[in-house]
Amino acid sequence: MNRIISKSRLSDNVYKMQLEAPLVAQERKAGQFVILMVDDELGERIPLTIADADAEKGTITVIFQTVGATTTKLSRLEPGDSIAALLGPLGRPTSIRGENGEKPGHVVCVGGGIGVAPMHPIAQALKAAGNKVTIIMGARNEGLFVMKDEMAAIAGENLILMTDDGSSGRKGLVTEPLKELCEAGAVDEVIAIGPPIMMKFCALATKPYGVKTTVSLNTIMIDGTGMCGGCRVSVGGKTKFVCVDGPEFDGHEVDWDQMLSRMGAFKPQEQAAKEHVCKAGIFK
Amino acid sequence: MTPKEKMAIPPQAMPEQDAAVRARNMNEVALGYTAEMAKTEASRCLQCPTKPCMQGCPVAINIPGFLAKAAEGDFASALDVIKETSLLPAVCGRVCPQEKQCQKFCTMGKLLKDVDKAVAIGRVERFCADLARETGAEKPVACAPKTGKKVAIIGSGPASITCAADCAKAGHDVTVFEAFHRCGGVLVYGIPEFRLPKAIVRHEIEAIKQLGVKIENNFVIGRTRKLRDLIDKDGFDAVFVGTGAGLPKFMGIEGENLNGVFSANEYLTRANLMKAYLEGSADTPFWHGKRVAVLGGGNVAMDASRMALRLGAEKVYLVYRRSEAEMPARKEEVHHAKEEGVEFHMLENAKRVISDGKGAVAGLECLKYELGEPDASGRRSPVAVEGSEFVLDVDTVVVAVGNASNPLIPTTTEGLEINKRGNIVVDPETNMTSIPGVFAGGDIVLGAATVILAMGEGRKAAAGISAYLSK
Repeated sequence: MNRIISKSRLSDNVYKMQLEAPLVAQERKAGQFVILMVDDELGERIPLTIADADAEKGTITVIFQTVGATTTKLSRLEPGDSIAALLGPLGRPTSIRGENGEKPGHVVCVGGGIGVAPMHPIAQALKAAGNKVTIIMGARNEGLFVMKDEMAAIAGENLILMTDDGSSGRKGLVTEPLKELCEAGAVDEVIAIGPPIMMKFCALATKPYGVKTTVSLNTIMIDGTGMCGGCRVSVGGKTKFVCVDGPEFDGHEVDWDQMLSRMGAFKPQEQAAKEHVCKAGIFK
Repeated sequence: MTPKEKMAIPPQAMPEQDAAVRARNMNEVALGYTAEMAKTEASRCLQCPTKPCMQGCPVAINIPGFLAKAAEGDFASALDVIKETSLLPAVCGRVCPQEKQCQKFCTMGKLLKDVDKAVAIGRVERFCADLARETGAEKPVACAPKTGKKVAIIGSGPASITCAADCAKAGHDVTVFEAFHRCGGVLVYGIPEFRLPKAIVRHEIEAIKQLGVKIENNFVIGRTRKLRDLIDKDGFDAVFVGTGAGLPKFMGIEGENLNGVFSANEYLTRANLMKAYLEGSADTPFWHGKRVAVLGGGNVAMDASRMALRLGAEKVYLVYRRSEAEMPARKEEVHHAKEEGVEFHMLENAKRVISDGKGAVAGLECLKYELGEPDASGRRSPVAVEGSEFVLDVDTVVVAVGNASNPLIPTTTEGLEINKRGNIVVDPETNMTSIPGVFAGGDIVLGAATVILAMGEGRKAAAGISAYLSK
């Protein structure tokens, strides 16, 4: 169960893993995530978005960055090893424009850093539903882009690359082309997935144009089924649980400052745990 | 012995860890009777022919029957009597609110004009179960011949464990689906080690495995597989939904999403199931508040308060808007919490959580309350005293004001009838839901209740399932 089929390193601290999870692969829809544990005795439970799945082979793909103790431990597992616990697919699937009665249109997908991974199945589904899909990918530098070829295959010439240092594509932030597209007036919907701060500024960028902007939140979670409430955020002044009400919400309604603050609730402990793991193991 | 002689036997006190010591460790507080104490306590039973105690027991254990055996020192036979109707005596002996159930009706308590002097039925029950477990003397349970019917049980809390065991004994092929990586539901994520050692829960789970029950952990029905797929595609003939309450209620007050405010479910799950108390070994972090306010008056509020002390809090305030008499918690838990140093703030309630300006808790503004007219629950309803605001200096707030029912199964199962509170509607006789072959029981039906009531529901549903499958 939960065997690692393949593993590759996409950049310095970003890994891609294909996991054996036949039931999850069968049931999952774009936008959903899994919760996993590397060690089911003393490990923690972390949510990871499903980047891709193959129902026939019974596999799912996750892409993760080594930001804490668990992702660091996960990065040290090899093909053939098993993930101790894997639960999913969780969360509500993305509402794909064109699938639920409304007319297909022009959808801009903004993926920042490894946020491109969860964007992949969404962009695929949007394209399949007949939308024109523009993809804006942002990273600090060229080496940090993930799944560029896969995204190019969906967006074709409508792929816009942005880097902080100009090492690839345009130099600047993803919000710049996003604003330009909105200004040109031909955007029906925006989906932004990436670091919270990026999603916050994407939502701010589209707000003056009144363009619906969906974001996918990756908060702290434990059970992932609505039992603990650790993932709660304020959306439109109401408390929502990301695990069961989300993970996608209207970016214009999310209380970003509160969300960012909650993401950092356990920062000192998380930092100490990561350092402990890094020292205890040989970093590959 | 004459009734008079029995009345003269002193009630046997429960040996306990010293309050100051136990408030800083996770070991069980109540140490359990010795055989001599259990025998003596059982011999206090008057053997009333009307058996009033039994009316108070949700699963109608033959209480005088087992106490008579225990009084003779025949604890194995006593356990046999208990097990005729109850499956989890080691658990129930520890967590049942006996003073509101069996012991409330005990004639001895009435004669001595003090419910605390009733026969300590739960303690004797616990002793019988512990003795058999610790000495490996539990008798193998016989299962009926295989029926060839497949039953799916959703969840692995008290209702589900009971339903699974009864279905397996009836000869059905049973599979339990549990979303967490460990089985036991609230018994493992909610109730702390110091009140219910996890070894006991593991033992009960092992016992149902011995009956041939298969367990699928990390499997969430409604997501990994839809409930209807279990019947339509996976060949299950009946399904039991025992998913519990499991959706924490919050107060809906300002500042409730600040860092340092937790639902009791989250606070206790981090500490219990995720083992955050093993500092330095467990990866799941814990919020080590120095000054903690716990809101609520139930067992969960007591558990959270006492956990806070054990994880290093210097001050723990229990804030409850009614008075102690209205508290739903077990008397023993209230008593233990006080002994350990939890400070009770009765007739007070949180108004807003104060921010430190950086996203974390800097205090809790409260209001004083007084009791007014009785409300729908029969308890006198608390009324806020205008202008009575004051601030509790705390850095952590734990909200333990109950659970609503978890919507995961109802929202992913077409045709499953729920009431306006979100609880699944069942036939009171069979516990069958609006979908033929689908049964439900425990907190998902009752709303937040107790372990023993959930167990009784699981048992009733199992009988309903067997009757349905034999048609």
